[in-house]
Amino acid sequence: MGIPGNPSLAATPLLASWLDFSMPGMVHARTGKSELGQGIDTALVQIVADALGVDQDQVVLVKPDTRGPDETFTAGSLSVQHSGGALVAAATHARVLFTRAAREQLGDDAVLANGRFTDGANAISYWDLAAEVDLETPVDMSLEHPAPTGVIGFSAPRSDLADKVLGRPRYVQDMRLDGMVFARIVRPPSRGSRLLDADVDIVRERHDIVDVVIDGDFVAIVAETEISAVQGATATAGLLSWSHSDETLIDGEVTAFLTSVSTDDTELSAGSVPDAPVLSARYTRPFIAHASIGPSCAIAIDRAGVLQVWSHTQGVYPLRRDIARALGRDESSVHVSHVEGAGCYGHNPADDVAYDAALLATRIPNRPVQVTWSREDELSWSPFGPAMVVDIAAATDDTGIITSWSWDGYGNGHSSRPSTLPSPSLLTFAQQQDGTPIPPSGDPPLASGAGTGRNALPGYRVGEVRAIAHRAKEMPIRASALRSLGAHLNVFAIESHMDALARLHDIDPREYRMRHLDDERGRAVIEAAAEASGWGRQMAEDHGIGMGYARYKGSGAWCAVVAEVEAVSEIRVAGLWIAVDCGRVINPNGVANQIEGGALQSLSWTLKERVRFSAGRVESRTWEEYPILTFGEVPPVEVTLLDRPEEPWLGAGEASMGPTAAALGNAVADALGVRVRDLPLTSDAIVAAMSS
Amino acid sequence: MDHDLTVNGEQCRVECSDTTPLLWVLRDALGLTGTRFGCGVGSCGACTVWIDGQPTHSCDTPVWSAAGHHVTTVEGLTDAGPHPVQETIIAMQAGQCGYCLSGIVMRSAALVDDARSQGRPLTDLEVREALEGHLCRCGAHNRIVAAVIEASEA
Repeated sequence: MGIPGNPSLAATPLLASWLDFSMPGMVHARTGKSELGQGIDTALVQIVADALGVDQDQVVLVKPDTRGPDETFTAGSLSVQHSGGALVAAATHARVLFTRAAREQLGDDAVLANGRFTDGANAISYWDLAAEVDLETPVDMSLEHPAPTGVIGFSAPRSDLADKVLGRPRYVQDMRLDGMVFARIVRPPSRGSRLLDADVDIVRERHDIVDVVIDGDFVAIVAETEISAVQGATATAGLLSWSHSDETLIDGEVTAFLTSVSTDDTELSAGSVPDAPVLSARYTRPFIAHASIGPSCAIAIDRAGVLQVWSHTQGVYPLRRDIARALGRDESSVHVSHVEGAGCYGHNPADDVAYDAALLATRIPNRPVQVTWSREDELSWSPFGPAMVVDIAAATDDTGIITSWSWDGYGNGHSSRPSTLPSPSLLTFAQQQDGTPIPPSGDPPLASGAGTGRNALPGYRVGEVRAIAHRAKEMPIRASALRSLGAHLNVFAIESHMDALARLHDIDPREYRMRHLDDERGRAVIEAAAEASGWGRQMAEDHGIGMGYARYKGSGAWCAVVAEVEAVSEIRVAGLWIAVDCGRVINPNGVANQIEGGALQSLSWTLKERVRFSAGRVESRTWEEYPILTFGEVPPVEVTLLDRPEEPWLGAGEASMGPTAAALGNAVADALGVRVRDLPLTSDAIVAAMSS
Repeated sequence: MDHDLTVNGEQCRVECSDTTPLLWVLRDALGLTGTRFGCGVGSCGACTVWIDGQPTHSCDTPVWSAAGHHVTTVEGLTDAGPHPVQETIIAMQAGQCGYCLSGIVMRSAALVDDARSQGRPLTDLEVREALEGHLCRCGAHNRIVAAVIEASEA
C-alpha cells in the first residue's frame, strides 16, 4: 500500500531500522512521524499489526527520535502514505523472513495463525525465531502484502486518549526530570525593537533564580521552580527598556504590500490571460494564527558532550540540523526526541522553544531546562499562516462552459521550517547578539504540493490554464506552514469563482461543477455530500446553501463539503455535510475525526480569524483579541466516508480545509445575494462587499 | 509564606507568595500536571479545577483564596476509577490532541453530577453553554458535547 519510491524507505532502507523483535512478546515499530493530535500513532500500529498478523497490543510504536528513521517533517497529509507505506513494507518483508525460518523448523506447511507459526501440532512465535532472522537487510518493497486480518478498516480506539482524559503525564509540559530548572522568555514588544537597558540584578539575586540570561535581544529567566520563573519573568519585564521598531506595515495594508513588493515568480501552468473574461475577481485572506490551546514547550540538557532535546516538533532531524547550525555544534552531538504537546497544525513555535531550551541548556550545563512560552508570545511570535491574494479570470462559451482560466497568487512563502532556509529559522537565533534575521519563507516545490500554488490548478476541465505564483521576497511578518498551506484560499477562490460562474449562467452550482469534472472519485464525493445535505431543497428565510470541492494537492484525498448558513446581522452556520474519499481507510473513526476537526478549524479561520499587527507589533495577543470558534458556534457536522479498500490509503488531515471555506463563502452568497471575497467572512466584510 | 490547602482530599502545605496562581501550585509544588496551563488569564478553560465542588479557573485564582478550601483536580476527580464523563469521552473518542480535555472534564463532571442528582439528562444547549468558555482547536466539540450528554444519561 506504500507509494512506489517511498522516500522514507529511501532514507532508511534497513528493515532492522523499522522493526525490532528483541523484547519477547512485543514488536517495536519505529516511525519518524510525530503524533500531533491527529491519531497517527494508532493508525501506524494498526498497519504493523495487520501486516505481521499480531495483536495491536503487541505493537509498541517508538516515537520519532534522531536515533531512528529520518522521515523529515510530519506534514502535507503524508504520514500514512510515507510512514505507513514504509512500515507495511517492512512488516510484510519481516513476515516473509520469519515464515521462512519457521518452515525450516516446522516444515513447509507451517503457516501464521493467531500470531504464531504452526504446522497444526506445534507452534512457535516471532520471538522464538528472532535470533535466527537477520533483519539487517534492505526492505523489499515488491513483496505481496498478506491478506488483511480485519485490523485495517477497524476503528481502533486511540492509544493516547485515556492518558489525556485522566490527566496522566503525557505531554512534554508534564515531564519532570531530576534537577530540572524552568525558564520563561521576555520577548521584545515588537519586531525590530532592540534591548537598550536591562538592569536585572534585583531579579538575578533572588534565591530561587538560577540566572537571567541576556544575549542580544533575548532575555530568559531560569529558576528552580516554574512559579519562580513565571514571577521572575514578570519582574524582569518591568526592568527592560526597548527601542521603538522602525517597521511600518499594518495588517490592513497587506494586500497592497503583497501585490506591489518584489516577487519570485513560478509558472505552474503556461497559458495566457483570457481575452474577454466573463468574470475576474480578487480573493484575499489575512495572516492566520496556529492558536494551539497549549503554549509551546521543550526540555533540553547538555551533558557529557551530548545536547539532548525533548520537543513536540514536526521533524526531529530538521530541528536537530538547525539547532546544531545555530549553536555551531556538530550534528552528531545533538539529539532530538519527540514528546507529545498540544495540538499542532503546522509550523508553530515548537521548534523555536526547542532552540530556547537547547541554548539555555548550553549555558546551564548538566541540568535539564524546561522552557514554556507565554500565551501572548504563542499568539504573537509564532510563525503565521501567510496572508494571500488570488486573482482569477475565466472565460466561457455561450452555454457557460469554461474555455480558459487564469490564476495569479501573491503571498509570502508557506515554509520557513527548520533546515529549509539558508540560515537557521529559529526565533531566538534571530534575536541573539550577532544573530541572523529569519530569511523570507520559501515555497515547497510543485512536486511536494507547492505552497502559494497548492491547489491553484482547478481540478476541472477549463480549457487553457495560466497559473503563476508570485512569492514575496520580503516578509513583513513571520510566515510559515499552516495546515493545507495555500489550498485554503485557493480552493475558496476557485470554488467561489465556479459558484459565481454557475449563477451567472443560471445553472445549479452542483450541476455546473459536474459539467466540468471528469474525475469519477471527485464526482462521487460531490454527489455524496449533496445527497447527505438534501441539496436542492427549499431554504428557510435568510438561509443559504453552498458547496466546495477539491482533491487535496491534486494528488491526495477527494473532499466535498456542503454548508448551510443563516445570514442576518452575522453568519451562523446551521450545518456541514462532508464526503471524503481517502482511498483505503485504516481507521474510519480516526478519519472522520480528522475531517470534522479540519472542517471546524477551517470554519473558525474563514469566519472569524485575522492576525492584527501594526508597526512590527502583533496586536492580537490574547484569546479576546484573537477569538476562535466556541462550542456555541459549532454546527452539526455529518461526515460520509467513501471507503475504497482496493485503492492506496491517503492522508486526511488537510483535505477538508479548502472545501469548507468555499462551501461557507458560497452559502453566504446564496443567502445574501452578495459575494464576499475577502476573508474572514465577518459582518464588516459583508457590509464592505455590499457597499462595493 | 505558607498556605494550607486540601487537594484531592489530602492536606498539604505549600510555601509561596500569596498571589501565586493556584495552577502553578498544583503543577509545580504538588506535581499534579493534569491541570493545564493555557493562557494564564482565565480565557480558555484548560486549567479548570474544582474549589469546594465549583469549577474554577486555577490560573487566575491566587493561592491565598484557595487556602482552607477543598481543591479537586482531574487526578482526584473520583475516589476510584474514571468519572462517567471520562468514560464516555474515551468510549466516544471525543478528542484529538487532548490538551483542553482535563479542563473540560472538570467542567462537565460537575454538570453531569448535578444532572444525575436531579435525574434528568443534559440538553445539547446546556452543555454548549457550560463549555462556552472552554476552547478546543482540534474541532472535537461535537464529540465532546455528545459524550457529556451520554454521561448524563447513564
